[in-house]
Amino acid sequence: MRAVCWYGANDVRVESVPDPIILKPRDAILKVTLTAICGSDLHLYDGYVPTMEKGDILGHEFMGEVVEVGRDKALKVGDRVVVPFPISCGRCYFCKQEMWSLCDNSNPNAWIAEKMYGYSGAGIFGYSHMYGGYAGGQAEYVRVPFADTNSVKIPRDVPDEKVLFLSDILPTGYQGADQCGIKPGHVVAVWGCGPVGLFAIKSAYLLGAEHVLAIDRIPERLRRAEQFGGAEPLNYEETDDIIETLRQKTGGRGPDACIDAVGMEAHGTGVSYYYDKVKQTLRLETDRPYALREAIQACRKGGVISVPGVYAMFLDKFPFGSAFAKGLTFKMGQTHVHKYLRPLLSDILEERFDPSAIISHRLPLDDAAMAYRNFRDKAEEYIKVVMTP
Amino acid sequence: MAEQHLNMDGAVRVEKTVTIDRPVQDLYRFWRKLDNLPGIMPHLKTVAVVDDKRSRWVTKGPMGTSFEWVAEIVYEKENERIDWKSVGGSEITAAGSVYFKKAPGDRGTEVKIVLSYLPPGGSLGAMAAKLTWEEPSRQIMEDLRKFKQLMETGEIATIEGQSAGA
Repeated sequence: MRAVCWYGANDVRVESVPDPIILKPRDAILKVTLTAICGSDLHLYDGYVPTMEKGDILGHEFMGEVVEVGRDKALKVGDRVVVPFPISCGRCYFCKQEMWSLCDNSNPNAWIAEKMYGYSGAGIFGYSHMYGGYAGGQAEYVRVPFADTNSVKIPRDVPDEKVLFLSDILPTGYQGADQCGIKPGHVVAVWGCGPVGLFAIKSAYLLGAEHVLAIDRIPERLRRAEQFGGAEPLNYEETDDIIETLRQKTGGRGPDACIDAVGMEAHGTGVSYYYDKVKQTLRLETDRPYALREAIQACRKGGVISVPGVYAMFLDKFPFGSAFAKGLTFKMGQTHVHKYLRPLLSDILEERFDPSAIISHRLPLDDAAMAYRNFRDKAEEYIKVVMTP
Repeated sequence: MAEQHLNMDGAVRVEKTVTIDRPVQDLYRFWRKLDNLPGIMPHLKTVAVVDDKRSRWVTKGPMGTSFEWVAEIVYEKENERIDWKSVGGSEITAAGSVYFKKAPGDRGTEVKIVLSYLPPGGSLGAMAAKLTWEEPSRQIMEDLRKFKQLMETGEIATIEGQSAGA
């Protein structure tokens, strides 16, 4: 089969590789009908995530049709499903508590994550050997472990594009907003108007926010934040002082909650950004928390910082004093996708919103190398790329 | 009853614990059937039960070699603990205990392994230390992890045999 394989920083190749096979009784093999590139794939592409190996198949946002099942017949051949990006066993304490992305049992390399982080969460499709080294779904076929737990069935008449994002970015945006503890009258600020940010904005309104302020520097992204999300766009490259702007736009109070939908490769202006960039290039600091620092500084006293943006290791100059002085709450982590699948599918089927509206590019899988490059460079209004194998 | 340990110079002690969401009797029953253990311990070739106290263990050694040793259960209390030690005819000197204890709340059972051993010496010593006994602490933790996966999900998670590029 054809698959997108990682070969180092800035080097992905579409190659012919062996088809996946059933390895365990609860496995299923999917024929992938649609897949996407995620913003967090760019961290792999840029070489910032450790434990990648040459030849690893990428891709954690995918859906398709079941073509083969293991002995336990976890799914039926012919079922059409979307698969969550964290692989969850469904039987451990964390899965049972609906903390699906923290599954105890799905990472065969748990010892690596333990060494780095203390304890390991779930394995993830196509996201380095620290997360299990599972082959991903930017390919013609993919093996899905614990398939009964790791899938949601899609009705026949619903186009792939409308539901693909249930695999990751839609629940990720939703959890980002859900974590804010939004109450009526709340004003929420979202850093990063990529796909996760756009869904976070939409979700914030669905959860009852009065107003959402959306921060980015790419005009196309800000336009979508306004038109798709309904947010008030703020271009931080056109503002002298974004913290002050946020203060004035919230009656001098600061946003009630701040969402960091940017993560470890934040871009910024000013001395702080260059400090981070130099240290990160020299691999002295691994993560660039530019957006996160701003969010902490800007947030209202007693407010919430919600972090769906991915961080891998360490960051410097963390304004913990500000967080302490203002009594902030931090909520973060990999998305518990399985928790949100069915409610969000209902929302889509009842046409409360259309996730496919954020798609900017539709390409064949064979164009993946170009797509990664353009997505990284934010070229040609690249917001979200979907690929057909 | 005191923990089984070796009172010898150079003995190394390992202790690892895991919480498994199954009742203590299920876990004890699986573990007490010693020939189940190679299924969760990839460094074991075979375990053969000799009689109600003794069992013969064959461990994978470096370069296709193997270690053989005989374990004797010195004390057991059902659903609580098993104490054992290596006996005559063994290439390894070791002793240990496995404990089973109800976890707090509704979380199942805490399983703890305590093991002490003398790293094998002689001509095999250095090689063995590298390939078999290197990070025994980690080895034991992986065994417990596999035990948990098997008992909670019925499967041991793997990517061996999956597809990849060159």
